[in-house]
Amino acid sequence: MEFNESFILGCSAIGAGLAVIAGIGPGVGQGIAAGHAAAAVGRNPGAKSDITSTMLLGQAVAETTGLYGLLIAMLLLFVKPLV
Amino acid sequence: MGQGILLSAGADVDFMIHGVFSYELFGQTVWITTTHVCLLIVVLLLMGFSCVAGRVIKRAKDVPGTFQNIVELIVEMLQNMVGSTMGKSAGKFVNYIGTIFIFILICNISGLFGLRPPTADYGVTLPLGVMTFCIIHFNKFKHQKVSGVLKGLCDPWPIWAPINIIGDVAVPISLSLRLFANVLSGTVMMALVYGLLSKIAIAWPGVLHVYFDLFSGAIQTYVFCMLTMTYVSDAIGSDA
Repeated sequence: MEFNESFILGCSAIGAGLAVIAGIGPGVGQGIAAGHAAAAVGRNPGAKSDITSTMLLGQAVAETTGLYGLLIAMLLLFVKPLV
Repeated sequence: MGQGILLSAGADVDFMIHGVFSYELFGQTVWITTTHVCLLIVVLLLMGFSCVAGRVIKRAKDVPGTFQNIVELIVEMLQNMVGSTMGKSAGKFVNYIGTIFIFILICNISGLFGLRPPTADYGVTLPLGVMTFCIIHFNKFKHQKVSGVLKGLCDPWPIWAPINIIGDVAVPISLSLRLFANVLSGTVMMALVYGLLSKIAIAWPGVLHVYFDLFSGAIQTYVFCMLTMTYVSDAIGSDA
């Protein structure tokens, strides 16, 4: 079956939209990390700077999977591998 | 059709890499892009700063002036960061880590000065990841010897060797993609704000600049250097 370019572009746009759903996971994960960090600061306020830097490092690493989704969306929209 | 999908609003949303001029090399068309230009600006800036800083430090005074204070502050901060993560082997790596830290930081925050951040181009971040990969494996072979590397590869059983190899190869890819995608997402967001809301984008996008360029850029710089140091000190092992 032969598909024309507009159809494939439309499907790519839908796929890009589905790909950025990957942002849910890192959002939940970062929220959990921040919540635990807040609890840790509450328990031990003296270690606030250590806790904050560890939390930010962990969150930035956890963010990676969401960014992979963003990359897939970008590829579908701009590099257009399927057309 | 082109980029019609996202840009259907007709506004000039622009975050792509543009070619400045092209030339022929061995039958291939090679483009000099905005990334090269921005990279050149950043590198020239850093070289100028280094020359001035070197001259000031060479004639250092007992009571430091403002500029000497700033330079000493930067060097001390980098030494503390590397020292607290790498312990005994920090001395050998503080130069490399410091260099890539300053370079990536200036690249990331160059969006603040109207440049397109060079790190929002995969051609800039992949070499950084590959350099980290080379340093990891050079130190692995140097400190654990071939037998140690083979033993690490066949951990826990020899059957797992392909998966361990994939895990090794994934390190530079994930490092470079993390940096690239973070900076790119900031660039895209700023381009959307300026392109689609150009009528009301007065002064308040400064807040977004602080988040996307300064905060996110600094965090990603820190993460890149931190992960590099962690991997390298992991490769050196306990015998260092």
